[in-house]
Amino acid sequence: MGVKNLRMSKIVRISANLLYTFVIIFGLYVILHGHLTPGGGFQGGAVVATGVALILVAFSYEDILAMLKKVTYTVQESAGLLLFIGTALLAMGLGVTFFYNYLANSGLLFGMSVPFGPNSGNLDTAGVIPIMNIAVGIEVWGGLALIVFYMLSGIARERV
Amino acid sequence: MKRIVSWLVLAILGLAMLAIPAFLTFGVPAYSDMDLYFLNYGQLQAAANNIVTSVVFDYRGFDTLGESVVLFTAVIGVGLLFRKLHGGEELEDE
Amino acid sequence: MFLNIPYIAVVVLALIGLATILFKRNLIKIFLGIVILESAVNLFLIALGYRDGGIAPIYTNAPAGEEMVFSTVQALTLTSIVIGVATTAVMLTFAMALWKQYGSIETNKIRRLKE
Repeated sequence: MGVKNLRMSKIVRISANLLYTFVIIFGLYVILHGHLTPGGGFQGGAVVATGVALILVAFSYEDILAMLKKVTYTVQESAGLLLFIGTALLAMGLGVTFFYNYLANSGLLFGMSVPFGPNSGNLDTAGVIPIMNIAVGIEVWGGLALIVFYMLSGIARERV
Repeated sequence: MKRIVSWLVLAILGLAMLAIPAFLTFGVPAYSDMDLYFLNYGQLQAAANNIVTSVVFDYRGFDTLGESVVLFTAVIGVGLLFRKLHGGEELEDE
Repeated sequence: MFLNIPYIAVVVLALIGLATILFKRNLIKIFLGIVILESAVNLFLIALGYRDGGIAPIYTNAPAGEEMVFSTVQALTLTSIVIGVATTAVMLTFAMALWKQYGSIETNKIRRLKE
């Protein structure tokens, strides 16, 4: 019996499935509220990638091959980076400079104004910043999960 | 020979780095014009409550673009090394 | 003397990291020395922007009438941490490739074993 069949006990597997839900929800909260509380794209993406690493530790290699595919995370990482660059280039298409915040203080998607001084935050503010947070969060999620996945497949292939 | 050079490098760099606690005071930063501008005008121009996020994604967004590309390149490098390691054959999900 | 403790901690951490890189032979220990040196540089960057009695530079539910810590050095430290993660991932992949090729990860044995 080799490394491919080693799995943790039933309690660990059920707990990992249950905890993965909460980790994803907390990570998406940190990503989405990046313009109001401490956090943002990079921090929230690292939190969700930790959840993926939890799943990779708890299950055996053959179970993981049935559940997660490597091409999902490749597409996810590339889509995140393309969304980030596309949002920045769209500002050049509208006539202003590269990376200009063209949605702040306007009436469109995230365009409410913020009064000066301490206030309780509103999710509708900050213009193009939440879109960039979501794009970077998706990219970091895919990238870090892909790194852990490559290292696991590198170990599990040497000894049968 | 390597040990003598290592101790010499460590001694010289240690003595040079002792200038950091000697000449800097903690809690009184030297130049503050740019940071006071960001703290006073960040809510008006970037419309965000979190000034650090507005600096990372709005005032200095170009550095964040470079950082995302560095992370992407690291993932490409790891994938390339593992493909070379196992002789160029395609891995498990066909 | 006691007011400058973050800067003294920066110097101590940097010297520990440098000593680990220069004196150890196991490749994983050298990589840990590089990680400790990067942590010392991140701490130095953040400690440069502190103002006495300041709070975090976030206006959501902030207590009124306090002055805020500076925010640009925190943005630079975020970039530095992510680049440290990328560097560590590629270094550990190099260690796995060297172990598969040579059978050991001591730096004096990797020099002597020819293919």
